Amino acid sequence: MNVNGTAVTGYDAGARLLDVIREHLGLRGTKEGCGVGECGSCTVLLDGEPVCSCLVLAGQAEGREVTTVEGLASCPAGARLREQLVDHQALQCGYCIPGVMVSATAHLSRTEEVTEESVRTAISGNLCRCTGYTKLVSAVLTAASDTGAHS
Amino acid sequence: MKPPPFHYHDPRTVEDTLHLLSELDDAKVIAGGQSLMPMLNMRLAQPGHLVDINRVDGLAGIGWYEPEQVVRIGAATRQRTIEKDPDLARRYPLLPEAISHIGHFQTRNRGTVGGSLAHLDASAELVAVASAAEATLYAASTRAVRAIPMADFPRGHLTTDLTSDELLVAIDVPLWPDGHGYAFEEFARRHGDFALVAAAVLLELDTTHRSIRRCRVSLVGLGPAPIRLTKAEELLNGGVADDDALRSAAALARNLSAVGDDAAPAEYRLALAETLVRRGLRRALRRATQPTTPEVN
Ligand SMILES: Cc1cc2nc3c(=O)[nH]c(=O)nc-3n(C[C@@H](O)[C@H](O)[C@H](O)COP(=O)(O)OP(=O)(O)OC[C@H]3O[C@@H](n4cnc5c(N)ncnc54)[C@H](O)[C@@H]3O)c2cc1C
Ligand code: FES
Ligand code: FES
Repeated sequence: MNVNGTAVTGYDAGARLLDVIREHLGLRGTKEGCGVGECGSCTVLLDGEPVCSCLVLAGQAEGREVTTVEGLASCPAGARLREQLVDHQALQCGYCIPGVMVSATAHLSRTEEVTEESVRTAISGNLCRCTGYTKLVSAVLTAASDTGAHS
Repeated sequence: MKPPPFHYHDPRTVEDTLHLLSELDDAKVIAGGQSLMPMLNMRLAQPGHLVDINRVDGLAGIGWYEPEQVVRIGAATRQRTIEKDPDLARRYPLLPEAISHIGHFQTRNRGTVGGSLAHLDASAELVAVASAAEATLYAASTRAVRAIPMADFPRGHLTTDLTSDELLVAIDVPLWPDGHGYAFEEFARRHGDFALVAAAVLLELDTTHRSIRRCRVSLVGLGPAPIRLTKAEELLNGGVADDDALRSAAALARNLSAVGDDAAPAEYRLALAETLVRRGLRRALRRATQPTTPEVN
């Protein structure tokens, strides 16, 4: 598989994608919260689509493109979103943020008309125990208006 | 938690998959993994072998068979694929509407149609749809391929008619005429949670648009298997399509029996059933009267 554009080999096909990312590759941005698909803190992109890496086996990602939160830095929407999250002080403990960034960046990069409702739907698979979502959502909306995607 | 150790198999053809399932002891199919992986991670399941069907040729896709008037959906077709498919939105909009209630983007991007049916959760949306639709499921093994009517598929809590060496390969959904009415209604504590109760409704008017030619109503969340509300269907079929009729039909849901649990007592589930069936019938009737093209999202 490719992770953030770099070819990766030597992993166990029966391991969780999450464990390959964190332990085999040492990319610690992706978090494990629940391990059962509820919280979304382990979200990564698999061929551009958000998935919970705790529920994907590494073998299922073979030959495919995986993008983790670290890989978003090199994409314009991801970089802008990071800035806006900081400007809006949208983080408290920060544990959910990598997953939120992955889901929100996927939404920004393929949606023409980003609205509050569309953002809330896009991050509905990501639980945040701290912020109450308001600042998260406005950070995403501001990042969208920077890209011209905000209606 | 990490899953327990298992042997991972990654076959490319249906034939290889069926051989693995018939030869290996203690093997489990893994499709989208959105129900099985949580069980592995929680160590609620410890199969010796996992047979991954994600790369098996010919198991995913949507095919239209006009002479037979059915749409065939491959077992490994992703839920998100169904949700976004423009032809299904037009010709079988109950399916995408139901799927929009399943989990969230992450789970729908991976979860499959066959996985949901094979898992047979007591309140799974696709189970309600397959029941109302009178779908036929095709199960293959090294012995044979057999067709299972949805009505005969559930065998108990999370238990289906599939044997351990069988692979669900596709389901056939009989088509309804263009412009038919449909509705999927559910009540869940939060959007994306499993439903407490959900209702799937299909409805066709006669040419005068005044009476109902036929309708189907199925409920999940009342017990381990979906329940067809046949009494309501009989009451409505051939009758005048007015609100009184819909209300009386929905009220029949109260006579069903439900299994209560910590999440909701039986009485409450039946009250939900009546309300959801009433809403579903009304919405289906409105849509049959004024057909519009649903949006794909
Ligand atoms: C957070 C979360 C929320 C969810 N919410 C909902 C919800 O609201 N409604 C809902 O219905 N579901 C919900 N689900 C479960 C749904 O996402 C799953 O996709 C579905 O239940 C199983 O499909 P799968 O393809 O993921 O199957 P898997 O998890 O891969 O498999 C499930 C079971 O089916 C068997 N199986 C799979 N495919 C086949 C086949 N072709 N032939 C024979 N056996 C097979 C497997 O062996 C396993 O026993 C949720 C899951 C999560 C993690
Ligand atoms: S750790 Fe994967 S969804 Fe919570
Ligand atoms: S900031 Fe703490 S969980 Fe979101």
